[in-house]
Amino acid sequence: MNMIPDAVREFKPADYKSAVKPVWCPGCGDHSVLVSFQRAFAELGLPPEQIAIISGIGCSSRIPAYVNAYGFHGVHGRSLALASGLKVARPDLTVVVASGDGDGFSIGGNHFLHACRRNIDLTYIVMDNRIYGMTKGQPSPTTEPDWDTAIAPGGTGLSPFHPLVIALASGANFIARGFTGDVGGCAKLIIEAIRTPGFSFLQLLSPCVTFRPDQQKQWKSTVRTAVVPETDDPGRAARRLMTDDGFNVGVLYRGHREPYRPHPIADLDPARLEAEFEV
Amino acid sequence: MTQPRFAPSLSIVLTGSGGAGVMTAGQTLLDAATSCGLYGLMTRSTGPQIRGGEAAAMIRLSSRPVQCPGDRFDILLALDFDNVQRFAAELPLDAGSLIIADSGAGDLPDFLKASQAATAWLPMAKLAKSVKGGRVSMVALGALARLIGLPESSIVEAVAASIGRKKPEAVASSEQAVLLGAANAPEAKAPQLSLSGAAPGARWSITGNEATGFGAIRGGVKFVGGYPITPATEILEWMAHTLPQCGGVLMQAEDELASINMVIGASFGGAPALTATAGPGLSLMIESLGLAVASETPVVVVDVMRSGPSTGIATKSEQSDLNIAVYGLHGDAPHVVTAPLSISDCLLTAQWSVHLAETLQTPVIMLSDQSIGQARAVIDKPPNLSFGTQRLTMGANAENYARYALTESGVSPMAIPGAPGGQYTADGLTHNQKGTPSSQAQDHIGQLDKRQGKLDRFDFSAHWADIEGEGELAIITWGSSAEPLREAVEAARTEGIGVKLIALRLIAPAQPELLAAALAGAKRVVIVEQSHSGQFWRYLRAHYDLPADIVPIARPGPLPIRPGEALEYIRKAARS
Repeated sequence: MNMIPDAVREFKPADYKSAVKPVWCPGCGDHSVLVSFQRAFAELGLPPEQIAIISGIGCSSRIPAYVNAYGFHGVHGRSLALASGLKVARPDLTVVVASGDGDGFSIGGNHFLHACRRNIDLTYIVMDNRIYGMTKGQPSPTTEPDWDTAIAPGGTGLSPFHPLVIALASGANFIARGFTGDVGGCAKLIIEAIRTPGFSFLQLLSPCVTFRPDQQKQWKSTVRTAVVPETDDPGRAARRLMTDDGFNVGVLYRGHREPYRPHPIADLDPARLEAEFEV
Repeated sequence: MTQPRFAPSLSIVLTGSGGAGVMTAGQTLLDAATSCGLYGLMTRSTGPQIRGGEAAAMIRLSSRPVQCPGDRFDILLALDFDNVQRFAAELPLDAGSLIIADSGAGDLPDFLKASQAATAWLPMAKLAKSVKGGRVSMVALGALARLIGLPESSIVEAVAASIGRKKPEAVASSEQAVLLGAANAPEAKAPQLSLSGAAPGARWSITGNEATGFGAIRGGVKFVGGYPITPATEILEWMAHTLPQCGGVLMQAEDELASINMVIGASFGGAPALTATAGPGLSLMIESLGLAVASETPVVVVDVMRSGPSTGIATKSEQSDLNIAVYGLHGDAPHVVTAPLSISDCLLTAQWSVHLAETLQTPVIMLSDQSIGQARAVIDKPPNLSFGTQRLTMGANAENYARYALTESGVSPMAIPGAPGGQYTADGLTHNQKGTPSSQAQDHIGQLDKRQGKLDRFDFSAHWADIEGEGELAIITWGSSAEPLREAVEAARTEGIGVKLIALRLIAPAQPELLAAALAGAKRVVIVEQSHSGQFWRYLRAHYDLPADIVPIARPGPLPIRPGEALEYIRKAARS
């Protein structure tokens, strides 16, 4: 038990390492996300007990158990709802939500819209590998239309979902993209996302080395730091995100919306409510 | 056949089209009677229209507490006849009833003619026009008060109290309308309101949904997440303005999948949490309730049941969500299911449900229903109960903390985020005592045993059931079916039929020993419920040892089980 006041507690990335060994494949981008988490938390100086990492189901959603922090590995697609309830009940905690492209954009799509709209002070990190990895290779909402799979022979023929555009249109206050090939860059973006009040959405391109090795090893040479600096103008951000090819990395939009913080008005004895019923 | 000897009460239904002010008038009548020291019940019935449409306010008044509708209506007061036939099945009238209708309302609809009730006509609309700002419903209430022997002044005072002293002109015109109605009350032999025995006391006027909300707040709920759904919305609406006054927060979710997960998240953070819904919403929450079981997160889900399946009849009651509440979860997922036994009992049952969820670190599904949730009763001021134990949390200086440690009670201390040294991941995956995901048989079985064991070893005896009466004939019922049976058991006693009524407040986990003790000496058991398939009867058969002689009585909604119907079940079972 650490009895040193937080102000003088210093943290190293290793302080956020748990004893649980990841189930991820060697080379999976999610390993880098885990390291980025640890670096970001250490740099922010967050006591492990003040962090809660909330996730759903999928490869990426296994991350809470690998971090020395409080965590909740819930059901498929509902992490944002669970995290919203937690943050409103416990505004003192740093709540980070971890998800994947299937968990976050398909089964959890509706919660994504409403989490952006509500703008609760959460950091939402989606490890996007354009594939359902845990169920062994089905197309997700961000998969290219012509990618051939057993469940969609010849490809889905469907346009990929553009999560950053959706986030902007739905009201997210911070929108960024990173690539797991650059751990330092990811850690920086995580720090920015946590520091920015309101709902922060961070898409991390996280290659799946098992089911999409050929396509995604190209990502290293495709990603580029966004040439245009971040904007707080939603109109400019919309144009930029709509025309973006999915590989511009960095903070792409940061707004000034006030976070949603419902809170108690008073702490009366419930007996005071009895007057409502007396006749 | 002998007339049942129920406690004397007077049942009045006010009907009219939308905008006629039927509901307000009903509430005024209830308030007026309450001020005279009577108890009462008001239930509402409306057509499917969002706004307007036909409406019926059903009121039962008595000098003794009444919490379920009576067998018949003594009086039907029709402000007009628009679509009143839609209520035909809900309005039992007979030759002893009196219909009071507006002279300009046209011919008596066929079902009212067929009832053979006496009819009295009153030019309500015409009289109302003669008063500036006069309302038809006030004229009608004035005449009604005169006819049944309720002091007109009580109506005027009730109006003044509800519209407030801020609008003196409105109060004055209402008073004029009431007095005009009274002065012009038709010549008719009307059933009289018995005011003898009526005595003012410390009373509450409360709906089942309000009582549920208040019970939850008394139980310590600090977070509510919910999605609007009939007939549960009033719980959310009532808590939206009261909970923030008592240190809590309510959030409207985007759907029920979100509301259940919000409450799980808040509870994980240490806030006792609740959501309220109806059958369709409960169906959506089921997967996440399994998560609450596996992660041992306390949550309360109130299901205000309505007729199902699917959308069913959103505004009408039924006890048909028992199966999903008990069996809906996949895997072996022990949890608690409770049911309030009346409008006023929503208070105790909600508070107890929060206590059980917190103490046992498990989800509790509380099965209320539309007939008690949306009905208002005037009741004796209920006691303020307190249920000691609350959530067991990790103490300071916990060494080598294991969230899911196997303990004697099965309940293990829960670390609340913010507590140093308690870091763990709550998980829906099978896990070991530390919470680490595991696919080992030993961990799976160990945790299944833990979660089952904490329920098996808990003592539910204080509130598991309400038991009254004695006899070789026993009735087992649950939830809202209890109240008409209570009246029926009392009436049966006056006929010399001894009956023991066992009304279960705790549905799951089953309590075979407690029921066996309660059934000692019973030779025949009647099981009464409001479902089509006999869900409760089948549940009892599966989990309890019952006497061989069983009479299952299951009938679906939407019509309420009335005391006379319940008495008939008892008489029949006692005869054969």
